[in-house]
Amino acid sequence: MLQDAVNQAVTSQKVLEKSNITANIAKELLKNMIWIRSCEESLVKLYHEQQMRTPCHFATGQEAIATGVCQALSKGDVVYSHHRCHNHFLAAGGGFFELAAELHGRVDGCSKGKGGSVHLTARDKGFIATSAILGEAIAVAAGSAFAFKIDKLPYVAVPFFGDASCEEGSFYETLNFASMNKIPALFICENNLYSTESHINIRSAPGATIYGRAQSVGMAGEMIDGNNVFEVYNTVQKALKYIREGNGPYFLECSTYRWREHVGPNFDFDVPNRTHRTREEQEYWINERCPIKHAKNVLIDNGTVTAAEIENWETEMAIEIAATIKRAQASAWPSTSVLMEDIY
Amino acid sequence: MTVRNLKFAEALSEGMIQGMEADPNVIMMGNSISYNSGALGTTCEANRRFSHRVFETPSMENAITGIAIGAAAMGKRPIVYHARADFLFLAMDQMINLAAKWKYMFSGNAGTVPIVVRAVIGKGWGQGATHSQSLHSIFAHFPGINVVLPNSPADAKGLMMTALTLDSPTVMFEHRTVYNNVGPVEEQPYFTPIGKANVVKSGKDITIVATSYMVSEALIAVEALQKEGVDAELIDLRTIRPLDEATILASLEKTGRLLVIDISWELCGVSSEIAGLAAEKGFHLLKAPVRRMSIANCPQPVSHPLESAFYPKPSNIVLNVLNMLGKTSSDNLDIDKQDNFKGPY
Repeated sequence: MLQDAVNQAVTSQKVLEKSNITANIAKELLKNMIWIRSCEESLVKLYHEQQMRTPCHFATGQEAIATGVCQALSKGDVVYSHHRCHNHFLAAGGGFFELAAELHGRVDGCSKGKGGSVHLTARDKGFIATSAILGEAIAVAAGSAFAFKIDKLPYVAVPFFGDASCEEGSFYETLNFASMNKIPALFICENNLYSTESHINIRSAPGATIYGRAQSVGMAGEMIDGNNVFEVYNTVQKALKYIREGNGPYFLECSTYRWREHVGPNFDFDVPNRTHRTREEQEYWINERCPIKHAKNVLIDNGTVTAAEIENWETEMAIEIAATIKRAQASAWPSTSVLMEDIY
Repeated sequence: MTVRNLKFAEALSEGMIQGMEADPNVIMMGNSISYNSGALGTTCEANRRFSHRVFETPSMENAITGIAIGAAAMGKRPIVYHARADFLFLAMDQMINLAAKWKYMFSGNAGTVPIVVRAVIGKGWGQGATHSQSLHSIFAHFPGINVVLPNSPADAKGLMMTALTLDSPTVMFEHRTVYNNVGPVEEQPYFTPIGKANVVKSGKDITIVATSYMVSEALIAVEALQKEGVDAELIDLRTIRPLDEATILASLEKTGRLLVIDISWELCGVSSEIAGLAAEKGFHLLKAPVRRMSIANCPQPVSHPLESAFYPKPSNIVLNVLNMLGKTSSDNLDIDKQDNFKGPY
């Protein structure tokens, strides 16, 4: 297993050497991943306090995909996400204060406390909406891409979704429509192997890939290591170029792993035999395949960044996050007079 | 002001065309809308005038609704067509879980998704259990969505034009039978308010509240009742969400009697809702129990005599009203229309 991590580091070094990822971008990618991880894990720690009364689907371990994709996007592009959306919201530029306030049900939340963890928006950053029903947002993002195509705009619409969403009918309907109409959409599947705690092996035939389903309707698609932020960024840049040149949509299946339970702050192995997941499997992904640990090693090894510099970031982030949480918790509750507002 | 007599399809088409003229963001999407015999002729003119804004789609009721939502989030105003309302079950997730709640869930910060969904309800010539249902009561259950059922050509145009100006999503149910209707329609654009019922005929003895083509059926009954000396008031509900409670209660104040006739089943339906309204807010006005009429409490059958027995007819309405007033008919009530629909859909 250790060999996997070594191989991964070698691959990353090759990706970096071959790509146009500058030292600044590489540092930005690492820093953004650390920011997202720090925000998410700070929320994990708060969860037991019962102040955030909204089911949270934490995405710790999946930071490289959100970071690599959003970093490659341009102004005017739009992003949609699903129930596990904190990473995407933050990566797209959504504020941690608006996120924390939303989870606490306060008026300063991005949806003024009416949406909760699974209904986030940051329209001014191009992060349009998230939905908690599997497969919904895939179609909605395709609709935005369709609008861009009709208006001959140079923008791309990006839905993030998990492997389980690809089992829904709307997934197939959308892919067919997208491919047929050559719409500017970049489909990002985060294959974390689990739907709640059901492994993909008990949900699909052996050898069946998700990106293969996209290829079957005539769409370009491939599978990449979703825990390698440099590979994600690089591939997304290539895909965006392909899309913006009018070649149609692109599908990326990014392999990854969710560290924590489906919904809530715990690890599945905290309670033995609670799910199909084993301690060995989880520890492998946490210790050997962590996207942040990996990017740190690569960038320290090649001299892009020093360990001290990273520690410095982490300290600054911890201070900012603590202050932001305090501010979010001090934000006002919505007045009950807004109960009947914004229905029509 | 120029008023012409138009068929339902012509009036509806005119409403959509004038909406497309006024707003370049109005687009059409759906199955069988890009050729002249499709969509019951309602998209011919759009194909002629705005073919680049009419998009034929594969069979994808679920995703096309999401695609319409996503296009609307970027400023488009999609009109999505369904040749049979029964297929809306496949679109329900996107419509109810997302479109209806979009503004509220994000407190308006994610914008609005003003889609207009059209759905045709079948009837007759053996359409059967899965091609002749209406889902209007089901959709009306959910806050955040507008539900309209035009019966007259004038309302088809006016309600469509209004729907194309709203921030919220609208579903329009078009009963196949109302496509037979011809009526006066203003040539100029006009906007029929959504959430306002229409008093088709005023009267003092009984209030009849009807939806969709039951308004036309009830009108035949009302004319026959006039000959029996009964002065009935007929209200075309036109919109069921939001519901125009004021018009119904004002009528009840005058008549004290209420018969509700809906195109779909009574249980948990619009007729129950109106009866509930009368019980809750108009109880003191009632001189007699409220009555409901609707399709039989079974799925739609195919065989002709069964199908014929399934739907309420004007003669049933007359007998029901007379019974409510303690009267009997002096006539043989030969008023029911022959079903001259020749199929196939």
